[in-house]
Parts: sequence; C-alpha cells; structure tokens
Amino acid sequence: MDFKQWEGFDKLGEWTKEIDVRGFIQANYTPYEGDDSFLKGPTEKTKKLWDKVLELYKTEREKGVLDVDTKTPSGVNRYEAGYIDKDLEQIVGLQTDAPLKRAIMPNGGIKIVEKSCESYGYKVDEETDYIYNNLRRTHNDGVFSVYTPDIRAARSSHLITGLPDGYGRGRIIGDYRRVALYGVDVLIAEKKQELEILDVDEFTEDVIREREEIHDQIVALEDLKKMAAKYGFDISVPAANAKEAIQWLYFGYLAATKDQNGAAMSIGRISTFLDIYMERDLKNGSITEEEAQEYIDHFVMKLRMIRFLRAPEYNELFSGDPVWVTESIGGMGVDGRTLVTKNSYRILHTLMNLGPAPEPNLTVLWSKNLPENFKKYTAKISVKTSSIQYENDDLMRTTLGDDYGIACCVSAMKIGKQMQFFGARANLAKTLLYAINGGRDENSGKQITPKFEAITSEYLDYEEVMEKFDNMMNYVAKIYIKALNAIHYMHDKYSYEALEMALHDKEILRTMACGIAGLSVVADSLSAIKYAKVKVIRDETGLAVDYEIEGDFPKYGNDDDRVDQIAVDVVKNFLRKLQKHQTYRNSKHTLSVLTITSNVVYGKATGNTPDGRRAGVPFGPGANPLHGRDTNGAVAVMNTIAKLPYEYSEDGISYTFSITPGTLGKELDTQVTNLVSLLDGYFKQTGHHINVNVFDRALLEDAMEHPEKYPQLTIRVSGYAVNFIKLTREQQLDVIHRTIHEKF
Amino acid sequence: MKGKIHSFETLGAVDGPGIRFVIFMQGCALQCQYCQNRDTWDLHGGTPYSVEEVEKILKYKNYIMPNGGVTISGGEPLLQVPFLLALFAKLKEYGIHTCIDTSGSVDITQDIKKLITLTDLFLLDIKCINEEKCILLTGVSNKKELAFATYLSNIAKPMWIRQVLVPGITDDKQDLLNLKKFIATLKSVEKVEILPYHDLGKFKWEKLGQAYPLEGYRTASLEDVKKAKEILQIP
Repeated sequence: MDFKQWEGFDKLGEWTKEIDVRGFIQANYTPYEGDDSFLKGPTEKTKKLWDKVLELYKTEREKGVLDVDTKTPSGVNRYEAGYIDKDLEQIVGLQTDAPLKRAIMPNGGIKIVEKSCESYGYKVDEETDYIYNNLRRTHNDGVFSVYTPDIRAARSSHLITGLPDGYGRGRIIGDYRRVALYGVDVLIAEKKQELEILDVDEFTEDVIREREEIHDQIVALEDLKKMAAKYGFDISVPAANAKEAIQWLYFGYLAATKDQNGAAMSIGRISTFLDIYMERDLKNGSITEEEAQEYIDHFVMKLRMIRFLRAPEYNELFSGDPVWVTESIGGMGVDGRTLVTKNSYRILHTLMNLGPAPEPNLTVLWSKNLPENFKKYTAKISVKTSSIQYENDDLMRTTLGDDYGIACCVSAMKIGKQMQFFGARANLAKTLLYAINGGRDENSGKQITPKFEAITSEYLDYEEVMEKFDNMMNYVAKIYIKALNAIHYMHDKYSYEALEMALHDKEILRTMACGIAGLSVVADSLSAIKYAKVKVIRDETGLAVDYEIEGDFPKYGNDDDRVDQIAVDVVKNFLRKLQKHQTYRNSKHTLSVLTITSNVVYGKATGNTPDGRRAGVPFGPGANPLHGRDTNGAVAVMNTIAKLPYEYSEDGISYTFSITPGTLGKELDTQVTNLVSLLDGYFKQTGHHINVNVFDRALLEDAMEHPEKYPQLTIRVSGYAVNFIKLTREQQLDVIHRTIHEKF
Repeated sequence: MKGKIHSFETLGAVDGPGIRFVIFMQGCALQCQYCQNRDTWDLHGGTPYSVEEVEKILKYKNYIMPNGGVTISGGEPLLQVPFLLALFAKLKEYGIHTCIDTSGSVDITQDIKKLITLTDLFLLDIKCINEEKCILLTGVSNKKELAFATYLSNIAKPMWIRQVLVPGITDDKQDLLNLKKFIATLKSVEKVEILPYHDLGKFKWEKLGQAYPLEGYRTASLEDVKKAKEILQIP
C-alpha cells in the first residue's frame, strides 16, 4: 500500500503492508520529555463554541434530557448531519441530527427504551414500539427466554447484580485510529480477505457465525463512509493531515456510539497516534500550536457531548450520564522510550482550557520511568481538577505490550486485538451471608439457592464458616457463568457490535470479565470471626439477621497481613472457582475488584454483616476499605490494596483516593511533588489503579446545597469521573462520608 | 528498649519534606493550650513498641524514599531519647531521612547531642517568643527552646521554625518582629512556617473530660496568616 497522504512518514516495518497501527506509531512518533510551557490557551472560537455547549448543558440539566428522537432506532447512518454551530466547529459530527439529542437503541431491549423515554416524559413512536415488541427480538428478550430459575433468583435477590442483560455490554474498544491511518476502503478490503479465509469446506456453526459477523462488519464500514459523506468528507482514503486525522478517527468513534449504547464506550489510546500528524503539520508549517490545541479542544468537546438514553435504575447504579470515553495517555514503550508526546499534554490541557469534566475519562498510564516533567504535570492537573485516574503501566505492559488501552474504568485490553464480555459483579458479602443462612436471603428470608446446611451455633466458628463460604462461592460461580454465557450469546446474536468489531483483527482474545463486590466487607467479616468472637442474632425462623462482635479484630485497609491475606485468598479462590466453568466462545476468565458507584446499591441490598456493618450501608467502592475502618493513613491503605494479586484480577483493581489539598502539602509545588511520590510509591508497590481526588469536604457540602454554583465540579469515583451535582443525593452523601484523608 | 507510642500515620505530607511516615510519641511535659493532640500528654499512656516492631516503616520505603522520610512527632519526642537513638541508628542503616518535630524545651544532654547527629531535620515549634505569654500558653518558659534553636544553629543542623498563630495570643506584631529578629540570629533555618490555629482537636479534650482552654478564641483566618507572613517577611 502507498498513499500520498503518507508522505513524510517513515515506512519502516510492516505497517504499510498490513494493518498495524502500533507499527506506524513506533516508526513515527516523537517522545517528549519537556515541560508544559508550550501549551496554549483556548482560542476565541473555542471559547464561543464551549459557551454554546454550556448553555445546552444547562437546559439538559433542567430537563433531564435535552431531546429524544423516539422514532428512529439508531444506527451508523440513520440521521442527517447535525451541528452545534457549523462556522465555529473545527471537528464535526453528532450522534443524531441535533446536539445532545438522544437516540433510541432498541436492539438491546425495547422495554428499557420505553422506560427511559417515559421517565423523561417521552413516548416511543407507536410504529417503532410495535416493531420491537412484535416483530424484532432484542437482546433482552433473548436473555430472558433462556434464563433458568436459579439465575433469575440470584439476580432478583442481588446475589449477582448489574448484569448487562437489559443494556449494552460495552467495554469494546474499536481501533478508531485505523480509520485515519488507512481510510475505510483498506479496512473493507481487509475484511473481504477475512471472508475469503472463512470460505472453507467444513461449514461449521462457528464458521457460519463468523462469516455473518464479518458480513455485518463490512456493511457497518460502508455505512461509516456514507455517514461521513453527509458531513462532506470522503473517508474512504487515509487522512491527509492532523485535522483530518482527528476528524476521521472521531467519525469512527462516533459511528460506534450511533451503533451501540454500550455500558462503556472507550476510545482507546489515541493522543500519541494523533501527535504524529500534528508533528508533521507543525514541522511543515501548515498549522500552529494554537491550531493544534484548538483541534484537540474541539474534539474533546465532542467527546464530552456523547449521550445515551438510559433508564433511571441504570442511573442509580452509575450516576451522572457516564459514557467512559476512556483515553489512555502516556506509558512507556517496550523499547524503553516513553510514549508521552506533546499531544499527551494537549489532551490533558483541555481540562484547563474547557474546565474540568468527567469525560473523556482521562487515564494516565504511569511508569516509574515516565519523564519527570510529565509526572509533575499530571499531578498538577490532578490537584487542580480531580479529573484524572492513573493505572500501572509497568504492571500491564508485561502482559499487554505497549499498545493496550483501558476500557471503561480499569479493564486493559490490546487495542484492536482483544475484547471483553462484560460481567458486572457477584456480591460476595451476600454470598457470605447466604453461607451462614444456608442460602436463605437475610432480608426476605426466602430460599434463594438450593438448601445448604445453615450454621446453627451461637458463635461463628472460623473453620465452619470458611467451609460453607467456599461451598456457597462454588454455587455463585456456577450461576454467574451460566448467566454471563446466556447474556453474551444473546448480545452477539441480537445486538452485535458490528462497527466496533470491524475495527478489530479477525483473531481476537475474548475475556469473560467477572467481578467482585463487597471484598472489604468479606475480609473484615472473616477477620472478625477469626480474631474476635462473633455472636449470631437470629429471628424466630432461625434466620441470622445480625451479629454481635466481642473484642477487636484486624481490619482491611491498615496494611495488616492477618486480614489482608484473607482478601487476597478470596480473590484467588473466586477466580479459580469461575475457571471451573466453560465460558461462551471459550473466553478467558478474568476478575475485577471494581464497583464504580454501585457500591451504594449493593450495600443497600445487603443485610447486617459479621464485621459490624449495618444493613443497607454502602460497601467500600472498588477495593477500598469500608470508610472509617482504616486508621493508619492512606499509604497503609495503598499497601493493603496493592497486595491484591493483579494476576488473579486482570480486569482491574480499583482504588479511590481522596485527600484535602492542605493534607497533601502547604503549597501547590509541594502538593505536586508529594502526589508524584505517592503515585510512584503505590505503583512500585504493584498497585493497579488509583483515582485521585484533591478537594475539601466543605466544597462538596456546599455543592450539594448550591449545585448551580458548581456546574463543572468533577470528582473521581471508583474508575471514572462524575459531575458531582449529577449524582443522586445518596451517592453524594456516600462520597462525602467516605474517607477523605485529612490531618490536623 | 521500648518506646511509648500514641499512633502512626503513614501519609504525612506536611511534617517535613516529601511523604513522611509519622510516629506520634506518647507523653509531653508542656501543656500548650492550643494542643491538637491532648491525648498524647499522659506520660503513662501509649502502647510500648520495640524498635523491631517499628521497623514496619520499611514497608513504606517506596513512598518515603527518596524525597520523604520518617518524622517523629507527639507528644514530645525528646522525652524518649534512648528509644529514638536506637530507632534512628536503624533508619540510618537504610538511608532513611529522619526528622523530629519538637518544642526543643529540654536540656541538651550528651544523649540528646547524639540524637541530634542522627537527625537530618528539626521542626522546631517556637511556642511564643514572648516569655510571659509562653508561660501562660504552655506552662513553661521559652528559655530552653530558644537555647535549643541556638545550639542547632551552632552545629549547622537544618531546621524549620514553626509558629502556631493564635489570634489574640501569638499574633502580636511586636512579638512577631522579635521572633523575626531571633530567627535572623540562626544560621541553619531552611524554612519558617506559620501554622494557623484551628480547634479541630477540641473533641480530644472533651473526650478526656477536660475543659478546652482556648474556648472563646477564634481560629486563624487566611487573612491572619497573610498578615503574620508579611511581618515575618516569609513567602
């Protein structure tokens, strides 16, 4: 292959012969070790355009949603072109024909769409409603047609929660860079070749399924070209310059968000890729630094405007309209050069030019070898905006190489070579209670699992509890995988992500991404049973409903091996149990310790636990200790969390760290260097992920009372950022009560 | 050799340079009215720890090295010199930066001299340069602490001078000017810090059934701090 658009690029390697974005990056990128002094502020155009977006936000906030197209089921090319202000926009393209107007995506499930519309005062168009209720099956219909009674029981009792059986699974990252580098025609040709490979004598079910999928991928790519054409661009060929590269890439991403309402629609690892185009244009004088920043600012504005129509229940789980447009920034290359470029700075600088925001979900891949300047810059932006999360590149690079990205919050995957079947979480705190009660629910008293032998003694015996907990975990693992197999079979069948998968290789690694909720509650409960005396309080039916603890016990979050090891063992054990079950499409079992904001609802559904936690009280988010349990300071918490074995929890281990500015240091410079030391320390200690919040409790309290004063207040919660004022009151209180490290 | 320890804090970011592992020693001879750690006064309280037990500090070396270190606070660290001698000797083996947060209100004995050589930095809390007020505020004269500062200066030991700013007590202009003058006589002062008085430690007094001596005094505002800094001519 050769294109005039590639003039000036180093053709070294295979990237001109086959699709190989990483090869292109490695041959062409310019590592940057300097500081942030080259960055430029927002242009007039940027300011004007952002003001318009802020106006739209305001109306949206008042109404809940700005507008909904209730008739046209969304697809890659179903809408006319839409603009915010055509004259100001450097990067164009909207999900529907108007800004912030939401689309319906009934392939996932028509009932959810109906409910979502109704909750905002809309009604699905009659004809569309009829079609999806009577003529076209959905993912949701499919799943519920095969669910077994045991799955249904586990689901409705919140033993297994948040399953993507009524919403899009998401967590698939298309390699949107391919659109810019090769143009769509090359991608279509590649897919046609793949079909050719699948023209085989043994026409098995697998081959047939794959051929149908690739057929759909080609259709999606054709639609992508047509959609871009409506905006006046021919993206069948490669992008010729930086502005086009951003535009092409964005069209690829936009098409994905028109095609799928996925739980997380992450964008990958794009800033260093785009830097190559920027460097070329800057060198030949066709753009200035102001323009480079302006393109990125406008692009990021678009990413901040991605919206999905979601039901209120979904918002209760994951508040604040999250999309998880996660962009992975920085990291090191396997050859030892840093992958930080000037564009790594530019994308972070949007937080200053446009103000803080939860999206895109800016994720810094941290390595002890990152340039010191970049470390300090990211820490400074964290202190100022609380909008960044950090993940351990040194840990992930060993298995994933240097072209992986984060999907959603913490799930790392090789871009274009890997996808995951998102599996939400099993509530292990409830599992422990079921172990004690022989499978009866501690709230309803109903028998949820088959009858196991309940514990009848007055005081809990550690050995007995462990044995029963082990059995109950076996049961939960079985039901969990059954449910996930059903979900992903049906998702592939009725709501296949054709556009996103068209931007993947043919041979991909699929993971079955299971999760744990309530880890710290389980660890503390088992620790209490082992090191203190826990007396059971039973109701008249013999159901254990409460616990009395006599004596003290080591608590998770204090860097105390006696209890931390219990948590480590639970993680290892649960993964091993999951691995005993056959997964759909032979996907690889993985695990995460991550709850996002759902720690609140999971806690709400779980009764009193043997660690003294009261019924209904939120769990700690992700891998955090329960708030108030850690008494030795944040670094001890970090050490505890860093003990959780990443090898057994490859889908991610999330830690949310909040600190007041004054506790981090007296002046900005000190705060920055101290934060760098903390991050270096935590990641050397093999911690996987950390959200960093730097704010005062009083600020949040004021924002609760006067939301109008804080339209852009952004905070990090387990794996993503949210607009604080969009959280439910319950979640706001959880954030405020959660340990904010402060010292006086 | 055991030390009586009140508590540990693994994330100290304002008690010396970098990230500090902070050990709060139990026991204090002063009775500062604004004390935020009233529960560290009792000389008979605390939990005894051996140096070996405290070596768990090493678990935090990824955070506290190379920019941070260990800070001993309290309570009054210099009431437990033998323990600190043993601990610091150990920390020095590992190349860990050592710091003591003290009032300096002690006699400079041979042991203390030895400890000073093992200490990289002192955070010296000048209670009040005005002797009368100092006695009122802490129950003792400031003579020993000023002598301690001078000793550190004479042997060129780095120190940060700290002044707690209590509006109506330690914010008097003349006192602050005198403090400035005194600091000017010292050669090894790296930093002068104003610590604004707050009452967040009040609940600890109440928990011990003690009346809070500064009841009625207001906390220091940003404006107070700014003014004091101007007088002291510090950034």
